[in-house]
Amino acid sequence: MRTYIAKRLLLIIPTLLGAATLVFVIMRVIPGDVALLIFGGDQAGHIDPKQLAAMRQQLGLDQPLVVQFGTWLWGVLRLDFGKSLWTGQPVIEELLIRLPLSLELALLATVVSVIISIPLGMLAAVRQDSWVDYAIRIFSIGGLAIPGFWVGILTILALVIFFGWGPPLEFTPPWVNPWANLSMMIWPVLTVGYRYAAVTTRMTRSTVLEVLREDYIRTAWAKGLRERAVVIRHALKNAMLPVITLIGTEFAFLIGGLVVTETVFTLNGIGRFVVDAVAHRDYPVVQALVFLIASGFVVINLLVDLTYAWFDPRIRYR
Amino acid sequence: MRGSIRGSGTASVATNLELTHATATATLAPRLGAVEAVAQFIRRKPLGAAGAFIILGMMVVAASAPVVAPYDAYRADYGQQFARPSAEHWFGTDEFGRDVLSRIMFGARIALFVGFTASFVGCTIGGLLGVMSAYLGGKVDLLLERLMDILLAFPQLILALAIASILGPAVPNVVIAIAIPIIPRAARIVRATALSVKENVYVEAVNALGASRHRIVLRHIVPNVVAPYIIIVTAQLGGAILAEAALSYLGLGAAEPTPSWGLMLSGSALSYAEKAPWIPIFPGIAISLGVFGFNLFGDSLRDALDPKLRAGR
Repeated sequence: MRTYIAKRLLLIIPTLLGAATLVFVIMRVIPGDVALLIFGGDQAGHIDPKQLAAMRQQLGLDQPLVVQFGTWLWGVLRLDFGKSLWTGQPVIEELLIRLPLSLELALLATVVSVIISIPLGMLAAVRQDSWVDYAIRIFSIGGLAIPGFWVGILTILALVIFFGWGPPLEFTPPWVNPWANLSMMIWPVLTVGYRYAAVTTRMTRSTVLEVLREDYIRTAWAKGLRERAVVIRHALKNAMLPVITLIGTEFAFLIGGLVVTETVFTLNGIGRFVVDAVAHRDYPVVQALVFLIASGFVVINLLVDLTYAWFDPRIRYR
Repeated sequence: MRGSIRGSGTASVATNLELTHATATATLAPRLGAVEAVAQFIRRKPLGAAGAFIILGMMVVAASAPVVAPYDAYRADYGQQFARPSAEHWFGTDEFGRDVLSRIMFGARIALFVGFTASFVGCTIGGLLGVMSAYLGGKVDLLLERLMDILLAFPQLILALAIASILGPAVPNVVIAIAIPIIPRAARIVRATALSVKENVYVEAVNALGASRHRIVLRHIVPNVVAPYIIIVTAQLGGAILAEAALSYLGLGAAEPTPSWGLMLSGSALSYAEKAPWIPIFPGIAISLGVFGFNLFGDSLRDALDPKLRAGR
């Protein structure tokens, strides 16, 4: 187990290095002049060549690619991603301001999705091909089909029309005023949570279905156990581990949800930060955020794998 | 743990393939006419049939849009801004007086085009890399696997967002931005299947008979990974349409005045929504219904081709 953890920790280094390289390749090597884009692209008409040259210099684009790459990697190592072109603040500071909101949204949405999806997914699997199964499948496939931002728009529309609700502008941390925080977060949380629940319901259903085909379930039935005992004590217990893992790996889904939901609800979190940075052509921020989100994702996947290893004694590691 | 999961996955894929083959021959035994086959599909997979029906409807609308659409999807009519849904404008008009129904009909073309090309391009490149990785093995496999690991480190939408932000808002760029994150996902699945196919005795046999590498890959391995390939292509279709809508909504997809469904929901749609709720409501329904159809169909297809999930009791 210890060697396994060490090995996984070591393997994270090349992956992160590769991710940093890929971000660099996307931002610098794909055709397209970033400095020109910042001034509005080819359509912007006349651009002062001096300004363009100054911007190139500020971004370090006048350096050879190798030097640019070295500077980028060195910055990554020291968590120094330069300054935002839009606000002039260091990227990492701007990020830390927005992190609590996104973390809270992600955490609450996960809780909501687990509460909804595990009972539903189990029920659908146990009653496979009945109307209950169809209804739950329509719920979950529907949740996957309905765009998160549209649910957000409809929610805001309903709140505005029926309750005269206006989105709060300032983020109140839960430790300052839990009630104000919750009344602000509840709608975005439900919007993200529903979509996330749709994914996990599907996964729970198929995992429980697979477990229900196992020999030990047949044995449990043959022993004459009641359905409740077979499903809860034998099937669910064995299905939970993969489901927990999948909740972790579907984290990417959650991040996608954060990006659009924060934009719709004008919440000042990481997701909206990415979208704003792209809109402002704030490339140092885009580059840093894309890399940091990928790193966070890699670390979460690692934690999920380690949890899995910890809980499942059958797995032997090379 | 990765290794062990992949190992068990490979084994189950192998049995799946055999089972698929067995059941396929079994169901084919009494030759069915086309009509009967369709009827049987509707009876056995009502949800899948509903999905297929929605997809067909969407295709018909997209194909006939220039003939059927009541108005020009691009032409602004400033006398008709924010018209309520009525006999002339079934779904109302937007802030430029453009007919929402006509824009949705033309939008189906964009959604289908982006969905099909992105999913097809991504899965095909990924599939080819997967077969290469599995068959060549060794260093090539290791290198490709690491590359796929790196691509998988990025959440799908974030990678698409980064690529789209550099390429600029235009429909072909959206296709590229959506296709690239699909590549590693397709490669993973096809590689696992190809690895198990490679272990089959018949591959060993043709190898012993002196067949060339080309022949083994093209005639014996590729046909056996077609089933998972088709499953991924269909599975990715709905997601690709949704990704196009999300990118366009965020201002990174199709640019105005293209009638993209996501774009119709973006920007001013929300600020006018109180006055003209039909502007955001109808395109949203179109996206949801379209993606719903593709997901239903994809799900049933996977259920049908993956006998492990079939009702056994």
